[in-house]
Amino acid sequence: MTNAWISGTIIALLAGAVGFFVVLRGSAFAAHAIPNGAFAGAAGANLVGINPLFGLVVFALGAAFGISSMSRRTRSDVATALALVMMLALGAAFLATSSAYEPAVNALLFGEILGVSSSEILPVVVLAVVCALGLTLLYRPLLFSSIASELAVAKGVNVRLIDTLFLVVVALSSALAVPVVGALLTFSLMIGPPAAARIVTSSAHRALALSVVFSLLTLWAAVASSYWTDLPIGFFVGTMSAAIYLAARAWMRLDSRRSRRALA
Amino acid sequence: MVRWILEPGLFSNGTVRTALLLGALVSVVSGVVGIFTVLRGQSFAGHALTDVATAGGSGAALASLSPLLGFIGGGVIGAGAMDAIGVQRVKDRDVATGVVLGAATGLSALFLYLITLQTSTTGSTQSILFGSIFTVGPSTLPDVALLSVVVLVGVMVIRRPLLMGSISPELAAARGVRLRMVGIAFMVMLAAAVGLSAIAIGSILSTALLIGPPASALKVVSRLSHAVVLASVLGVMATWLGIVFAYDSYYWFGSGRGLPVSFFVVADVLVEFVAVNLVARRRRLRVVEEPATTAMPEQVGWI
Repeated sequence: MTNAWISGTIIALLAGAVGFFVVLRGSAFAAHAIPNGAFAGAAGANLVGINPLFGLVVFALGAAFGISSMSRRTRSDVATALALVMMLALGAAFLATSSAYEPAVNALLFGEILGVSSSEILPVVVLAVVCALGLTLLYRPLLFSSIASELAVAKGVNVRLIDTLFLVVVALSSALAVPVVGALLTFSLMIGPPAAARIVTSSAHRALALSVVFSLLTLWAAVASSYWTDLPIGFFVGTMSAAIYLAARAWMRLDSRRSRRALA
Repeated sequence: MVRWILEPGLFSNGTVRTALLLGALVSVVSGVVGIFTVLRGQSFAGHALTDVATAGGSGAALASLSPLLGFIGGGVIGAGAMDAIGVQRVKDRDVATGVVLGAATGLSALFLYLITLQTSTTGSTQSILFGSIFTVGPSTLPDVALLSVVVLVGVMVIRRPLLMGSISPELAAARGVRLRMVGIAFMVMLAAAVGLSAIAIGSILSTALLIGPPASALKVVSRLSHAVVLASVLGVMATWLGIVFAYDSYYWFGSGRGLPVSFFVVADVLVEFVAVNLVARRRRLRVVEEPATTAMPEQVGWI
């Protein structure tokens, strides 16, 4: 449980920060596809009997590079869809050829709070530090190219390189989130809380900070609920992420109505 | 040679026959709906709706309702939710799709978990999530056929405003097309189409057939009718080849254990996509060499 708490906190901090850019750049589809790629990697690692984290990282990176290289040839949503089905089909093939234990597969898909052992904390921390460093280095050009892509190109920012590097950060943070939150729900932590934060404030820095806070609240509440009710954590992460977004919208609507009334 | 490719017993096998028929039907519907999905840049919504339909399907399984009702109802509710959150601007659309997809996947997690508790059967998660074309009985065939026809007719009816709204929203609005209505109508048809294919062939293949063949067709063909036909043909080809390979693969390892159909169909879809890209590139090189008389016919052919 303590392990889940520690790794969950790390995951939420990272997902909040990465998700802020995911929402800003409109790359929700890529953020959904990459963890699914990671799932295929874990299934493959299981088949050949190596450390699943290795499979998660390699396949998540493969999905990221696949999306970014195919996007040069075709529309990026088509490229993402094709990369996604390729990864899922590989995952299905790996599962069919290995005799994977069903609960283990479900845990990878929908998350498992007890899925982290003490020996796995160190790699999670190392990967998280790498992601955080990458995001810090990318911060300015990434923000610039997300908000004003044409201007960034004109100023000589290599937008394509920035895009690829960003997808690499998404891949690494997905790889460490998948064992806890599950391949299917990792992306929802990167969408709901950041989208809620963007509704509440229009300042980029404040939205980034709020996004991290919302994501932490969501994950902590999900871990606690899953622990008490014994239901899969994915259920709580998915519905709570959507709920926080809807709550933010309702709050803003109330707020604007109140200020209109104050003016009148 | 033929005996070697088509393992004996392939066509006398009832399950395979049902799979071939269902696969063809769903490939055609996906090809037609997929052309508009790709043109409108709604691949994410198209994929998300399969997962939303899956949540509906697992909910129906839990409540012992008809799975077809669950898949289609789930998809349509999801499409409505996306529209309610707001799909007007492209970036909002991304968030709306993501939020609905996340919530639906969360519900799937719950439903599938409860199903495994209730029935203690194994394999239900994977068959609902990934699907297998061989698990659908012939009794679903009439329902799927009927709904496929409904979707195809619906797309036929709105094809002109839909196309105009997809390619040039400003022009369409100026000509009095009600973009919002057309958009909602299309989302409902998309939801029905992917719900159908998700139950018939599984969610992986649903997305693969919705996006792969249409994206390939749009690379080389510029008229709508041609693109629709080519996408359907490519889809049917990929599905049938995939089924044959999957059937054969039971004999490959000698263990009586084959690779899944979805793996082969997706591989076929990707091979087609790569091949079509090569053709398109060669053609583009030729166009550059010739005088630029054929430079812009694509735009003319569309509307």
